[in-house]
Amino acid sequence: MRATIEVIGLRKRFGPTLALDGMSFTVEPGRVTAFVGPNGAGKSTTMRVVLGLDAADEGRALVGGRPYRTLRHPLRHVGALLDAAALQPGRTGRDHLLWLAHSQGLGAARVDQVLDLAGLGGGVARRRAGGYSLGMRQRLGLAAALLGDPAVLMLDEPFNGLDPEGIGWLRELLAGLAAEGRAVLVSSHLLSELQHVAGHLVVAERGRVVADTSVAALLAAGDRVTLEEAYLRLTGRRGDG
Amino acid sequence: MAELLRAEWTKFRTVRGWVLTVVAAALVTVVPGLLFAAGSHSSCSVGPIEVPCPTPPVGPDGGAVEDRFSFVHQALTGDGGLTVRLTSMTGIITYPPPDHDKIVPGLVPWAKAGIMVKDGTRPGASYAAVLLTGGHGVRMQYDFTHDTAGRPGGVSRRSPRWLRLTRSGDRLTGYESADGRRWTEVGTARLDLPDTVQIGMFANSPGDLTVKQSETGGSIGQKRFTQTTAVFDQVSRQGTWSGTEVGDGPGETDWERYHRANGLVRSGGTFTVTGTGDIAPSRDGPVFEDGLRGVPFGLVVVVVAAVLPIAAEYRRGLIRTTVLAVPRRGRALAAKAAVIGAVTFAAGLAAAAVTAPLGMSLLRANGFVLLPAPLLTQVRVIAGVGAVFALVAVFALALGALFRRAAGAVVAAVALVVLPYMLAVFSPVPDEVSRWLLRLTPAAGLAIQQSVQEYPQVLSHYTPGAGYYPLPPWAGLAVTAGYAGLALALAIRAVRRRDA
Repeated sequence: MRATIEVIGLRKRFGPTLALDGMSFTVEPGRVTAFVGPNGAGKSTTMRVVLGLDAADEGRALVGGRPYRTLRHPLRHVGALLDAAALQPGRTGRDHLLWLAHSQGLGAARVDQVLDLAGLGGGVARRRAGGYSLGMRQRLGLAAALLGDPAVLMLDEPFNGLDPEGIGWLRELLAGLAAEGRAVLVSSHLLSELQHVAGHLVVAERGRVVADTSVAALLAAGDRVTLEEAYLRLTGRRGDG
Repeated sequence: MAELLRAEWTKFRTVRGWVLTVVAAALVTVVPGLLFAAGSHSSCSVGPIEVPCPTPPVGPDGGAVEDRFSFVHQALTGDGGLTVRLTSMTGIITYPPPDHDKIVPGLVPWAKAGIMVKDGTRPGASYAAVLLTGGHGVRMQYDFTHDTAGRPGGVSRRSPRWLRLTRSGDRLTGYESADGRRWTEVGTARLDLPDTVQIGMFANSPGDLTVKQSETGGSIGQKRFTQTTAVFDQVSRQGTWSGTEVGDGPGETDWERYHRANGLVRSGGTFTVTGTGDIAPSRDGPVFEDGLRGVPFGLVVVVVAAVLPIAAEYRRGLIRTTVLAVPRRGRALAAKAAVIGAVTFAAGLAAAAVTAPLGMSLLRANGFVLLPAPLLTQVRVIAGVGAVFALVAVFALALGALFRRAAGAVVAAVALVVLPYMLAVFSPVPDEVSRWLLRLTPAAGLAIQQSVQEYPQVLSHYTPGAGYYPLPPWAGLAVTAGYAGLALALAIRAVRRRDA
């Protein structure tokens, strides 16, 4: 399977609100693509449509050239982190990954691998998830996304709740995953977190893409030195906002 | 699908509260039946002296039976038969409605008079009889549970009824005739009889059943003494006849003492036989399912156990994780239904397998004489409780997926499954309403617990409250299965259409 995400002309309406208004972009393998935009720009809805959770009124979304719903073991192709808080408090983190693994035909050995990868090795993951900190939930969500060793990763606000050490760790992890040739789409409202990691930038506003550019080109074009400044210029906001 | 089942099983077993809820469903099922059995006592006495309770006779198929009648009989060795003319059948009914103040002449519908071949005079022994009834015409009956209709109508001196019963090997055939010349076969029976049997004339009359709506609702049945007197002549067999009051217990009514005793009065070739009692399968005594009183309570917990996990997935947003892992949402829900169904089946099976036999032992130890149920029936009842648990769990799970809220789904499932049962069995609704509740609602499946059979030829108060369901066991279970299947189909349609 080709490691890509293709979003083609998505439209979706929630009652009176037009959430997606012709959203189109492609995520290429081998780099981290930052998916940014103000609240309500349609980032999460786009991800949910790509992942088959929501149905679009119009348009198509493909992962590796196929609709997500047609994948037999989807987590082996696409790893996603949407809502790290979605856990059953009475179940241990390890058991949470275990049922996910079983649903993909994977075993407990892979669960322990990704727990180590996410920095949840040792006894932590054998405690009930109800007692986890925000950072631990985030790491567990990342472990779940990595469970099937997928070629495509979609992470919604993965830096939420991570401490500075965790942020550094995640940056390295994302860079490493992209270097392995995976397509990595990361939505974030804190662009500073993606500095030096994101190779490409997709900026959404009011349900459509307003900029789709490589970060290198963006930074080279002006006198801006940070991604955040470049973003604010792109979206027509003042640098002091 | 195997992966999905494994994943859903892992999901279920890794939350201790969910597993404990299913265990609780089993315990709640076991406890009420055992408490009932442990707290019930039976004793019998003759005068002031306590004696062991008499054991009801057991019929050829192992079921408890009533077997009481006046029998005028002689031995028959090998093949042969008996022909008689029945010229009169009259009787009395004590204190019938509406005022219950008089003894009136009359026959109850299943009063019996006719001829019989029986393996001796021991109550419960194998028999075949061709007989006239008070209100259901001529019948061929054998071995307590079998009944074939002949011609309807009654008897009088001007229109007598001729009856004939022949034995040829193990084959018994009953005939009837209006004139003693042209004979019609009523029915046949194959019975395992010894070479020598008793053949003769008999009469009896089951108690008159009246059913009253009680003040708190529900109904109360009462049986009153009745008696039949039959006059036979043209008896084809000669020789000595002896009279036996088969199955007669101690004591007699004032009517028997002062007005007409049971037994034979012979005048030349005319035999007048008077008798009381019934020849029928019995329903006096605790039955196998009496230990299963906790089942409706267990079902409430089953509903909770089935709704909790799915409602939690919606509440926590975990349903999205499930849909990500298994984009074919219908299959994911079906796997969830299979797991909760299997788990609750095991719980119901285990609970019933403990409580029904243990309840029986406790009742026996407390002096009750139990109605034996055949082994296969016991297996059906025990496995049936598991099946009802599983189907109700699937039904409740589907409601949980439709409502996406625990409280609403639990209330709806309990209101649709347990409430109709409670209303039908324990409450003041009329019998006919009870029957419809147990035909039309998902509670119908509880019919699978019924170990006793309903016989049209046996007068009894067949109501849900007395343990008689309006549908046969498997039909009742099919109704519940239909509801579970329909709810699951609707839930699958809903989860497919909705955004997760």
